[in-house]
Formats: sequence, structure tokens, C-alpha cells
Amino acid sequence: MRQGKYPFVIGFLFLPVTIYAVFVIAPYAQAFQLAMTNWRGIGAPEWIGFENFQRLFNDTAFWKAVQHHGILLLALPLITIAIALFFAFLLNVGGGSKGGQRVGVRGSAFYRVVFFFPQVLAVAIIAVLFQMVYRPDESGLINGVLTKIGLDPVFFLINPNLALWSIIGVLVWQAVGFYVVLFSAGMASIPTEIYEAAEIDGATKVTLFFRVTLPLLWDTLQVAWVYLGIAAFDAFAIVAVLSVDSGGPDGATTVLAMEIYRNAFVYGRAGYASAMGVALFFLTITFAALALRVSKRESIEY
Amino acid sequence: MSATSDNTSDRVDPSTMTGPDLPAALGSSRRTVLRRAAAAGLLTIPAAGLLGACATGGDDEGSTEQETGEKSATNPLGVKEDAALEVIIFNGGYGEKYATDVHEKLYKTAFPKAEIKHQATQAVSTVLQPRFTAGDPPEFVNNSGEKFLDFGALVNDNQLQDLTELWDAPSVDDPNKKVRDTVIPGVVEQGMFNAKDGSRKPFVLYYVSTVYGIWYSGKLFKDNGWTVPTTWEQFTALCDQIKAKGITPFGYAGANAAYYMWNVILTQAAKVGGPDVLKAIDNLEPNAWKAEPVIQSAKAWAEIGAKYGDKSFEGLKHTDVQLRQNQYKLAFYPSGDWLENEQKKDTPAGFEYQLMPVPSLTAADKLPAGAIRAAGGEGYFVSAKSKNPRGGMEYMRQMLSKAGARGFTETVGAATVVPAGSEGYSFPPGVASSQAALKAAGANVFNMMFDNWYKELDTEARTATNELMFGRATAEQWADRIQKRADAIKGDSSVAKFSR
Repeated sequence: MRQGKYPFVIGFLFLPVTIYAVFVIAPYAQAFQLAMTNWRGIGAPEWIGFENFQRLFNDTAFWKAVQHHGILLLALPLITIAIALFFAFLLNVGGGSKGGQRVGVRGSAFYRVVFFFPQVLAVAIIAVLFQMVYRPDESGLINGVLTKIGLDPVFFLINPNLALWSIIGVLVWQAVGFYVVLFSAGMASIPTEIYEAAEIDGATKVTLFFRVTLPLLWDTLQVAWVYLGIAAFDAFAIVAVLSVDSGGPDGATTVLAMEIYRNAFVYGRAGYASAMGVALFFLTITFAALALRVSKRESIEY
Repeated sequence: MSATSDNTSDRVDPSTMTGPDLPAALGSSRRTVLRRAAAAGLLTIPAAGLLGACATGGDDEGSTEQETGEKSATNPLGVKEDAALEVIIFNGGYGEKYATDVHEKLYKTAFPKAEIKHQATQAVSTVLQPRFTAGDPPEFVNNSGEKFLDFGALVNDNQLQDLTELWDAPSVDDPNKKVRDTVIPGVVEQGMFNAKDGSRKPFVLYYVSTVYGIWYSGKLFKDNGWTVPTTWEQFTALCDQIKAKGITPFGYAGANAAYYMWNVILTQAAKVGGPDVLKAIDNLEPNAWKAEPVIQSAKAWAEIGAKYGDKSFEGLKHTDVQLRQNQYKLAFYPSGDWLENEQKKDTPAGFEYQLMPVPSLTAADKLPAGAIRAAGGEGYFVSAKSKNPRGGMEYMRQMLSKAGARGFTETVGAATVVPAGSEGYSFPPGVASSQAALKAAGANVFNMMFDNWYKELDTEARTATNELMFGRATAEQWADRIQKRADAIKGDSSVAKFSR
């Protein structure tokens, strides 16, 4: 290597690293520090050690939120990936072989655009949209139809047993399009010869999917799982706009970000909210590490 | 916090974010809150960290030198005539015009040499928190809206100016009358907080007169020949009649306005057992929520909810349910007298809002049927550590003058806590009826403070009230649950406690 390499590299790194340290690392560190205080937004914070964390331990709202993240963490990736894989398979491979090229079902170019559409909309718009879809009275999109044909309205967001699932439905609806595109890209890079060989050997579409597509997509799936898992730790905007009584009914849809918001900006408990933020930080990190470790596999070369 | 004791309270709630069909001032704040909230969730916690670090480092700097002037008959508070004054107004339901066009002009007339810096915001705490931390607070603040500064935290940090001197100063209109004697009784006390040294001092001026009750359409009642019930039997009998007509008799919005309902339940409890029931609740006394009158009232209203309500209302926002009433699909709606103004655009001609006090529950009620909850809403304070706190107090004195109050009423259509200001002013039918009810109630006017003092208790009461009114909890479970939270708050040393 030539001389003067290090000053050159350092020169380029200095600014971004400084910006990162000041705007990302320092605030994080300070959130950790604040989590040990009973700061209420004004005045001097008072050091109280781990009291906030002890309080967290006995906070039912916190545990409810954690539990909801657990459900989201399982349901959101599973449902989204399953649907997205199914659609991507149909769009790319489902139509069989045409002139040596694998093609999707008829009109797949059109579907591709339609599926991606929800991804383009802002989360806030989606939430407001689904407010109309889920409305409990006859002016709601679904309940309007139900009441017209003489059925009882379904209380999507009011029924405590249904509310969280209604919200998961929205999250899935929004996410699927992106993963269809992601998986499509992955599938496009699978060589056609493999499919042809399998078909000659008499493989059905189901076998093709499970024996060829899925294993060769593993890396992409892993990425999708981590992304969706991290999305499952957020869900704030949808819950904030859509749920009744901010995370209700009776905390049935609350998430950690909602509780952080509530504590920081409604109750004025900045210190306690920071403690929740710290908890969320560790939950997310743990998840990401676990997801990458557990799903580790030999990637298949082709 | 003024933010909950008045019409701005539903603007506080993050869940109030809703569609574009809202009045502009409300709508914009509700819509932007989402974006801000989303950013805040990620950004503000770390940002708060930065502030915290600053606060720990530099909270001992000497207070800034404060401006004082010569006291005189026209300047009883001793304002330095040319001292600048900074005014921060929450730009919400009342807008900012009343400040720029009325109060600031009055101050300027009294002190022509003073320079007034005016700023309006929809996020008071976002704008002001750093300034308090830096020791450079503005003189006068309208602390309201969804992002108000926590009054308790401000009091605890000695940030608020003791207003005793203002209340004892001679009023603008009559030098022989103290300012405190020109306002509705109870307003000074309402703004009192326990200072850090334990003494109770007036720190906050609640300026807008707010009357709570149950609202109905004068036209609907006249057309059907219904009379306003004063007893529980009359009330339920009328609800039956209304239901028979295919109109929902009673409803409130569960999605974001459940506190309209706990307000009714507690108002009822105060009538049954006297206002001390509410005082016990405010003071976090043991088993205050489980007192017999409270349970009795919760039971009665749970029945109303089950028999005369609409289950779908739990999922609707206040504006949605209010719209139902404007469409004559809902008869009774509990709210405060900001309702008429809030619904102005959606109210059909001739609808005629009318307020009815909560009817008596039993013949043995301690308060008469006409007793009512009324209070000052919209909180204003002067910063003790600002450069010109005397100017801030003088600004309040001008607000509380006849001209100041009248100007406010004419600009925003709401009554102030200065009765002389709205004398002879012709209010629209709804506010006229609430003002008449207030007058008729005489001394039987009461208020409650717990939701302003302990936001968490308010939240718990809202959640529990939805459970009660929509049939998922009994009155006992409702009371138990809120009592538990009240006890937890009482035992929490980090929460500043207040009493009255």
C-alpha cells in the first residue's frame, strides 16, 4: 500500500463517524443515563439507580406490550412471508415454462404493481384508511356491507380478543408487497435449468416450490425475517392512530413505543420512558442476534 | 393542567388524531401530532437525554436580573415601563387572535414603551422545554394543548411566579376592588398548587369559564314535546321514549373521549354524596373511589350504557358521535360548553344546543338537581425566572379587566372567569343555556382536579370507564381498579402531590 493511506482514510471517516457518534451513540448513551433518573422533563434529574427497572417489572402495561410484541414477532413474519412467498412464486414461476423462460401467471406484471402499492402509502394514511375499513358502525367499509345483508357488525377494534389481530392484519397488508418484490428478485436469480431438470424428473409445482425455490431463497428469507421482526418491535403509528383509547381497549393493542410515548409525553415521566426505551433496545438487539444465529445455514452455491 | 380541564383536553390525547373532516385548528394539530409522535418515539427520547445532561450540568446558574419599576396607582405591580415582554400562546381551539388583537394591545396602551414579543405554537413543551432548561423562559405562557408543560414539574422546580400579588392588586376597572374579587369564586383556588416548601400558592390563572353537563337539541325536544328530566325516574322514562322513536338515547365516544363519561359519573356522585366525595378523590384518600355515592352512580350509569347506549360508540371519536347528535340520531351527549363552538360547522340550522345538569339520582341527594360542575379552563402562568415577571403579572391583570375579558369573549365566543366581561353579551343558545345553568346553580357549583394533577389517574379512569359502560366490568371492579392506581400514585415518591 502506498504511503499516506491512513490519513486519507481517516480524513474521509472523520466526519461521518463524528456525526454518528454525536447524533446516534451519544443520545443512546444518554437515554441509558436518563433511565436511572426520575426526570420529569423539567428541572434537574435525580439519580435513582435501578428503581425504574424495578417499576417496569411490576408494570402490567409494560408486560402487556411485551406480550404483544411476542405475538407480533411470531405472527407478522410468518403470515407476511407465507403470503409473499406464495404470491412471488405465482408471479415468477407459477405460469410454467414458456420458450425456455419461467414465467408467472397471466397478468403478473399488473399484480406486481398492485401488490407493491400499500408500500408506497405513508403509514399514517394506511392507518386512517383502515379506520374507515374497520369502523364499527354502518359507515364502516366492512360493517356497512355486513349490516346491509342483515348481519351483526364485527367490532374489529373494540373487541379485546379481535383488536390486536385487526392491527396485525393491517401490518401484514402493508408489508406483503415489499416482500413479494424482494422474493421475486431472489427467485429471478435462481437458474432456470434447475427448474427444468426438476420438471423433467416429474416434479409438481408444490415440489418445485418446497424443494427448489425455498432452499435457494434461504438468504433472502433470513433478511425478510429480521426486517419483519424489527418491524414487529415498532407498530407505533398504526396502533396510535387505529386503536381505541390509545392502545386499547384496556391495553389490548398497546406496544412498547406507545407506552414510551404515553409515559414521556402524557405522564411526563421522561426517566421512566427512557427505561422502557432501554428495555426495547435490548429486546430488539437480542432478537436480531438470535434470528441471525438460529437461521444460520450453509448457503447453497449455484 | 389546563389541558384537561377544558375543551383542549381532547386535543391532548394522541388518539384524537383523525380524519381531515375536522375544524382547521383542531384538525391540523391532530394530524401533525402523528408525524411528530412517530418522530418523537425515535428522536425525542435521545434528545431529552441531551437536555438532561445540560440540566444536570447547569441548573445552579444565578437567576437573571429581573426588571422592576416604581409602583403607582396605574402600575400597582411595579412594572418597569420599557421592559420587554414575551408572550407564548397555544394556538388551538381559541386561536391566537385574542392575544394579538385584545390583550397585547391593552398592555401596550398601558405601557407604550414596552416591546411585546408574541409567539404562537401548537407544541408548547417542544418550544419551551429547552428554554426553561437553559434558564431563559418567556414571561407569559398559555400552557395548553396536547403538548403542554407539566405544571407539577414546573412547580417543583420553582419555575412559576407566585400570583398572590396579582390577585391582591387593585383591578384595572375599579381601584377599590382587588383583582381576586372580580373573578368567579373558586378560580384562584383552582390555580393553587403545593409549592416545594409545602405552602399552597396560586401559580396558575385559569381564564375560560367552562360548564359541564349533558347536551341535547332544543329543537328535537320541542318537536317531540319532551321535557327536560330532573329526576332519575324521569330520565330513564324519557330514555325509553327516545329509544322507542329509534334514536339512541345516550352516548359518548369511547375511542378518545371516555373522560366525558367519568366526568358524568363523578358529577353524579358529587350530587349524591356532596362535593367532598370529589375532594377525597382529588386528595388521593384511601378508598375514595370506593365510596358509596361513587359506586351508586357508576352502577346507575353502567345501566344507562347497557340499556340506552350504542356499542359501536366505543370505537368512535368524539367528533363522530357529536355528529350523530347533530343528525338527530343521538339524544343526550355529555360534554362541556365548548361543544357548541366545536360543532359550529356541522350543526344544522335551528338545532339549538341546550345544557341539562346531570339529573338527581335519589331523593336523598345531598345537592339539588341544578347543581353543576363548572371550572376555569385554559391555564396561563408567569415564569418566575424570566426577566420581567412583573410584566407577566400585569399582562394577566389586563386580561382580567372588563375590556380584556369582553374582548376575549367577543373574539372566541366563550365566557371568561370575569363575569363583568360577558354582561349583556348575547351568547349563542348553547353557551347561553350553560351560563343560565351556572347562574341557577348558585352556590352549588363544584369541580374536580385529579385529572389535571395526576394524568395517569385520568388515563386509568378513562380505560376503566369504557370497560364499565360497555359491559366488561361491574361498578365495583371499576372502582377497585381506579383506586388501585390512585394508591400506587400516592405511594410514588417521584410524583408531586397536590391537595385542596
